[in-house]
Amino acid sequence: MLITISYSGPEPGDLGYLLHKHPGRVQSYDLSVGRAHVFYPEFSDERCTAALMLELDALELVSNRHIRLDARKSLDHYVNDRPYVSSSIMSMAMGKVFRTAMTGRCDSRPDLAASAIPLEITLSAVPVHGEVGLPARLFEPLGWKVTEHRLPLDPAFPEWGDSNYVNLTLAGCLRLRDALRQIYVLLPVMDDSKHYWVADDEVGKLLRAGERWLSTHPARGFISNRYLAHRRSMTTQANLLMENDQDATQDKAAEADQTSRPLKVLRTEAVMGALHEERARSVVDMGCGEGALLKILFADPTISTIVGTDVSAQMLDRAEERLRLRELSERQQERLQLLQSSATYLDDRLRGYDAMVLMEVIEHIDLERLPALAAAVFGHAQPKTVVVTTPNAEYNQLYPGLACGSFRHADHRFEWSRSDFQQWTSEQAAQWNYTVEHRGVGEHDDKFGTPTQLALFRRV
Amino acid sequence: MSELAIPELCLVVLVGASGSGKSTFAARNFGRFETLSSDTFRGMVSNDENSQEASEAAFEALNFVAGKRLEAGLLTVIDATSVQTEARRQLVSLARAHDVLPVAIVLDVPLAVSLAHNALRTDRSLEPRVIKRQQDQLRRSARNLGREGFRRIHTLGSMAEVDAASIRREPLLTDFRHDSGPFDVIGDVHGCLGELRTLLGRLGYQLEHDSQGRAIDAVHPEGRKAVFLGDLVDRGPDSPGVLRLVMGMVARGNARAVPGNHEDKLVKALDGRKVQVSHGLAQTLSQLAAEPPVFQDEVREFCRGLVSHLVLDGGQLVVAHAGMVEAYQGRASARVRQFALYGDTTGETDEYGLPVRYAWAEDYRGPATVLYGHTPTVDAVWVNGTMCLDTGCVFGGKLSALRYPEREVVEVAAERMWFQPVKPLAPPLVGSHPRPSGTEGRVSAGDRVPGALKISDVLGKQLVSTRTHGRIGIRGEQAAGALEVMSRWATDPRWMPYLPPTMSPVDTSSLADHLEHPAEAFEHYRRDGVATVICEEKHMGSRAVVLLTRNPSRFGAPRGWRGTAYTRTGRPFFDETLRVSFLDRLDAATESAGLWKELGTDWLLLDAELLPWSFKAGAMIREQYAAVGASATGALADATRALEMAAGHSADTGELLQRTRERLQNAAAYVAAYQNYSAPSDGLDGIQLAPFQLLASEGTSHSGRPHGWHLELADRLADADPVLIRRTRSLVVDTGDLESCAGGTAWWEALTAAGGEGMVVKPQANLAVTGKRLVQPGIKVRGREYLRIIYGPDYTLPRNMARLKERSLAHKCSMALREYALGIEAVERMVAGEPLWKVHQAVFGVLAMESEAVDPRL
Repeated sequence: MLITISYSGPEPGDLGYLLHKHPGRVQSYDLSVGRAHVFYPEFSDERCTAALMLELDALELVSNRHIRLDARKSLDHYVNDRPYVSSSIMSMAMGKVFRTAMTGRCDSRPDLAASAIPLEITLSAVPVHGEVGLPARLFEPLGWKVTEHRLPLDPAFPEWGDSNYVNLTLAGCLRLRDALRQIYVLLPVMDDSKHYWVADDEVGKLLRAGERWLSTHPARGFISNRYLAHRRSMTTQANLLMENDQDATQDKAAEADQTSRPLKVLRTEAVMGALHEERARSVVDMGCGEGALLKILFADPTISTIVGTDVSAQMLDRAEERLRLRELSERQQERLQLLQSSATYLDDRLRGYDAMVLMEVIEHIDLERLPALAAAVFGHAQPKTVVVTTPNAEYNQLYPGLACGSFRHADHRFEWSRSDFQQWTSEQAAQWNYTVEHRGVGEHDDKFGTPTQLALFRRV
Repeated sequence: MSELAIPELCLVVLVGASGSGKSTFAARNFGRFETLSSDTFRGMVSNDENSQEASEAAFEALNFVAGKRLEAGLLTVIDATSVQTEARRQLVSLARAHDVLPVAIVLDVPLAVSLAHNALRTDRSLEPRVIKRQQDQLRRSARNLGREGFRRIHTLGSMAEVDAASIRREPLLTDFRHDSGPFDVIGDVHGCLGELRTLLGRLGYQLEHDSQGRAIDAVHPEGRKAVFLGDLVDRGPDSPGVLRLVMGMVARGNARAVPGNHEDKLVKALDGRKVQVSHGLAQTLSQLAAEPPVFQDEVREFCRGLVSHLVLDGGQLVVAHAGMVEAYQGRASARVRQFALYGDTTGETDEYGLPVRYAWAEDYRGPATVLYGHTPTVDAVWVNGTMCLDTGCVFGGKLSALRYPEREVVEVAAERMWFQPVKPLAPPLVGSHPRPSGTEGRVSAGDRVPGALKISDVLGKQLVSTRTHGRIGIRGEQAAGALEVMSRWATDPRWMPYLPPTMSPVDTSSLADHLEHPAEAFEHYRRDGVATVICEEKHMGSRAVVLLTRNPSRFGAPRGWRGTAYTRTGRPFFDETLRVSFLDRLDAATESAGLWKELGTDWLLLDAELLPWSFKAGAMIREQYAAVGASATGALADATRALEMAAGHSADTGELLQRTRERLQNAAAYVAAYQNYSAPSDGLDGIQLAPFQLLASEGTSHSGRPHGWHLELADRLADADPVLIRRTRSLVVDTGDLESCAGGTAWWEALTAAGGEGMVVKPQANLAVTGKRLVQPGIKVRGREYLRIIYGPDYTLPRNMARLKERSLAHKCSMALREYALGIEAVERMVAGEPLWKVHQAVFGVLAMESEAVDPRL
């Protein structure tokens, strides 16, 4: 909610001209969600400091339909950090309050506006999401000296550690317009969040504000990716427009991907392979999520009937959108059906299919609820073939980033070793009159096996 | 004047040429909606009643409507010529598809009459040759009606007969709804006369004997009636003796009986038809051979006269030998009889060569209690409101009876194993109980696992009838919203017989600087006619439901299981180790408070608060509340400092500086408010349970007991273990007494000034009804400082307060009432031993309601 800009040149008072803001009084501007104030905490012969302070309306932030509060931070509460932090709302306010200064125009001090001048800028409570030193990585290449002070979460509870908020001090010799534009772009980049929906004109905004400094920035890809809210089509467009050889590195990354294909592709292939072997014509994908497997099933001419189920209606909506179901012909629509269902309830609609796939599903269900899942799948739906995949916990040792004993995904309720999994599968097979065969998916390690394990059940 | 008798529920097909007077006859004898006329349907689908081209579409529509009516159990009359065999065949199959009897009423009037009628009609006129052809078709096929499947055929041969005829509706043979018993329903006897005599004696019947000392009747002094579920004969030592006694009881009105598959076979054998003489039929036949022929004839007549199943007690009780699905109850068709005798077999056989049966009871969702036998099991147990009373007496098991309406099982052990079973008796598959350990193994096709619920029990639009608040509708999208939470996070439905309702906040305060204040709560209850309320302190923890049990099998849990504690969305609080130590401590407290004994129970269901809040919500406190506090205090301090510097040389900063200073203070107050909710806990250390209501214990729900009773009970637990159990402070207020209300307000002020969250005001009597309307079970009045962590640090700024006061509570209040009623209903159902799906349906309803978007700050 606060930025200060200090200038200590020969005539510090010139800062008022450069910013087009009179140093003698508080000037206020209406924003749609509150007010912005400009005032001068310091005004002396040695140094002049201007402050931009936001006074945001917490209630308006919640109720304004054009404001998008990040669910990660607010849970739709009046209690959220936006009124206090220096985020994309601050960028928006800068664009409004310092519009002329950001263009670099200054009729009364044109030479000063065009020159690099000694500046010190402080930013209060900047939300930073990412590794320690991110602000330095972003600002130092631009010629700033960066001082970072992390705010503790709560001094009364030192064991909680630091918050994600940083008080930043930038010192350097830059043109004022460049300094303002850099902050304008990098605030939402550090936060990795924006208070509005990113639309197509965002690319143009980025290119204009990044003029003269962004295209040569070593973290250019990172900056445009975050600034453009990780929208792939936009980042590609932005990169094309900023002529630079960085594109080549991206292509190389894509190439590397092709030689070692991602596990999720291998997993899908293993599942499809099993379905083909079993000559499954009708398939239920239980826990289909956004429909990654459905897409492949749908493209497979040997599969005539496909049902995708998920416990979340929202997820099914997304799958429907991703698969463009509404645009399909009636015949195609009949081939693929989406149903809300749950693996822990018996569902008559899922009976009579050749195969059922539970790809990376069981580990998202509490152990104590697995008997209900088995009853629903093996006992009630009773497909001829059941394909289950789940992580192999032993292989986790080979993931350097994964702390010992922790899971690959925050929602995993358990991860099984090969023997854990095999014990469960053989119990199920015995109880429900199936046979079971185990396979590994992904690169095989002699000691730890494969990253994913697959069980293929056949009804006796 | 002749009376044509037809069953109350049947499909009546009027047969007759055009102009034979069918429509007039139908209009005189049936209700306005009962008759479906093909002409009307022709008109509906084509705008022309006479259009022959529209016939196909018209009959399709007519069949559809007739099907819907029959499905709903409504007598239906088809007014079409129906003179062709093919047309009638379709109607007979329609009747069969809905298990109702097809009845034909033939209007066979002279051709001249039809022609004359037709000539008089102004709206249309058929050529005489068409009518002549219809008449011929009728005459040719009329004698085949019986063979076509019509179970009753009435023929009216002249206009005079048509005009004179009237309809008499007779109850179905299965219909004994007027008979409310009380009954003693007895399972498969299989010739075990000794055990039957003992059982009747134990049930209070007095046997009567003939001159040879043979039992020929049994009379209950209180006028109770025995109901025999079939399979009286075969395998056992004295089938004739059993028949003599039962036939005597039925003949004198002391018993009713339905046939079993063994009686069905016996009749066929006695009729001299070819049957496979096995399963002990040979014994019966040789035992009967020793009886005089007149007795054999009586037996044959008795068995032949038995009706597939009986609907008793206003439709609340259905008895049949092998069970009866809801769709077949009170219906009549070959397959209904087949189901009643043999159950629903899949056509497969198991490893013993016995037919594999579809476990229909596991899927049963009907309102009527169904009592049946046929499948020998170890114990008679309830499955979704059905009970199999065949406990394998002849195989050395027990002979069982259920006293109805008392629903009490009375059993007599077999005197010996009279017949070697082909396979060992199976323990029952039960909806609310697990398979006893040691009997796991292969499960046959169609078997269901205990505790399995169907997706259709919860998904889609649901209507839940509640004892306290009428029928509560759950919309499809609400249910859809709850499915994920229920499936992915909640504990096993068998262990979650209750979810707490949301609670409405107090009406918005009239005081300028308060959003909530006790005055409005007292006023609310005074208006609702509640004179005495109790104020209970609102603990700064998480809502918790605790199920503590010494009898895990009551909840379908494995041996040694002690219970669970879960959140308001059904999510377990503890990991395995902590759960066990928590429940052990709670059990010990319950023991030393003497509550197990006093309440005569081996389980308790408690509504409580679990402290500290940080135990469950630690991450939320850190990541949301503390984060906001850190950014607010940090940034506002910087801004204040900057403004103070500016104030030195700029005159107009005053107002902004003052506002910013105030906001900095608010931020500090906010931090102080959430800090109250953080306390360290290590294992059980630091964790406290504050129970405020005992929802239920075995046999009883306690929602009708005054809150004073509940709190006193909680205090006794707290006395027993003051470290683990926390008291709930309370104060009784008389809503009609200003001084008492002021006392309540002062109490709240003191509570919240000390950092407390606030209080909940409840009717002291607990479950309260004004007129016919349910009263809010509780109203929360939250403290002024606590509300900062709900409405934001600056909610007390006048500009914010004014806007926040516009909040609307109506929807929240209505949801709170419905969720409360659903929660109570779930507990009542569980206590009454109702099937798991019914309990779960109400529990799911609470969660479904909660999926609705309502202002989360209320």
